[in-house]
Amino acid sequence: MTRVMPRRLAVLAGIGLALLLVPLIGLLIRIPWTGLGGDIAGSGDAVRVSAVVSGLATVVAVGLGVPLAWLLARGSFRGLSLLRAAVLLPIVLPAVVSGVALLAALGRTGPIGGLLDDLFGITLPFTTAGAVIAASFVALPFVTLVAEAGFRGINRDLEEVAATLGAGPWRRFRRIALPQAIPALAAGVVLGWARALGEFGATITFAGNLSGRTQTLPLAIFFELERDPEAAFSLSLILVVVSLVVLTAARRTWSR
Amino acid sequence: MSEATDELAIAFGEPSIELSVAGSQVLVAQVREGAPLDVILTADEATATDLARLGVLIADPIVFARNRLAIAVAPGNPQSITGLSDLADPNLTIVLAAPEVPAGRYTAQMLETAGIAVSASSLEPSVRAVLAKVELGEADAGIVYRTDLNRGGVSGVEITDGVNPVTEYFAAALTTSSDPEQAAAFVAFLTTPVAQEILADLGFSQ
Repeated sequence: MTRVMPRRLAVLAGIGLALLLVPLIGLLIRIPWTGLGGDIAGSGDAVRVSAVVSGLATVVAVGLGVPLAWLLARGSFRGLSLLRAAVLLPIVLPAVVSGVALLAALGRTGPIGGLLDDLFGITLPFTTAGAVIAASFVALPFVTLVAEAGFRGINRDLEEVAATLGAGPWRRFRRIALPQAIPALAAGVVLGWARALGEFGATITFAGNLSGRTQTLPLAIFFELERDPEAAFSLSLILVVVSLVVLTAARRTWSR
Repeated sequence: MSEATDELAIAFGEPSIELSVAGSQVLVAQVREGAPLDVILTADEATATDLARLGVLIADPIVFARNRLAIAVAPGNPQSITGLSDLADPNLTIVLAAPEVPAGRYTAQMLETAGIAVSASSLEPSVRAVLAKVELGEADAGIVYRTDLNRGGVSGVEITDGVNPVTEYFAAALTTSSDPEQAAAFVAFLTTPVAQEILADLGFSQ
């Protein structure tokens, strides 16, 4: 077998791998295995809030991100590249900035939040719905980015043929484009969900921290670190394992 | 306290002080994991005791400033909050500091002593975050340090001294210090008239 990996690349790849894995190995070493069950059982509320928030955020992000991706992939109008940059902005923004922006707009004194409060008596900060919005805000760009790449990679000839046979835009999207983009969409769902699950900064800034309502696993870990660092290691393990299992399983599904 | 430490560092002069400002519990974690610090200032005794237990203090921590808690409300106090007992109203949106941080510990202790049940909408990671939520109008009220009210954006409501705990700030030189003599000198400086005047100007008592 011929060597595919030049030695200098292999060395750098190895260092990169170490950078990613060493902290995780450190985490594994410090986990108090004997108290693990108790630590995890004590965090039931955070697990439940995280499951609900990341699940709903994924639904929102996919429901809105796929149409947005279609617009970015197929739209041709002035300002498209600016629009794309705006859509992807939350990926590079510090999460706390996203939280501050959400507060500014959707907080009780913000233009939209104030309107919601006046008209319907709805306030989003400090609620589970607020946590879902924060997680959706950061997950949406990931779903959109991956789905757009998926839509760009599909064969447009099929759509043109369908068009000549009289298929309308919705039918072409639904029956021709969407099925072809399924692997990319699946990747988008998983990445979006993983991002929502790991969300911290926007959640604590916008939705606050209350056990059973807005305290997700990452928030619980942050506070546990101050009370009982070993318990924080245990809870971190849940996130690492769940994320690893889902990423591996999903990778297998979409690369088949 | 961060405004105070900025000024104290300048007043101390040489050698110049580099500040690592964070919540007490974060600083304890940094010390525990071996950050090369000379002196630590903490906002309550529990964190100082934690450090003493870790065996990282050169000498027993000293108290260099005192404070009290207060209620922060929106400017002009639109909800007409007059004291601690008003915070039991479930229709108010109230944020408190989490019990993991000193301000939150003092708050929980005070509410228990006063026998007032507050259903907080959020337990914030720092007293600054509590102040911000009130300042932004997201919360109707929050419990902060009295010295936090010295800036604009919020109005304050006093809490009667009977239930209001005196909060204490501790300073200690650390064994991790590369210059234990100067570390001890800075700790000693904190109780000098010069330092105490700076603290008094910002509302801290001795």
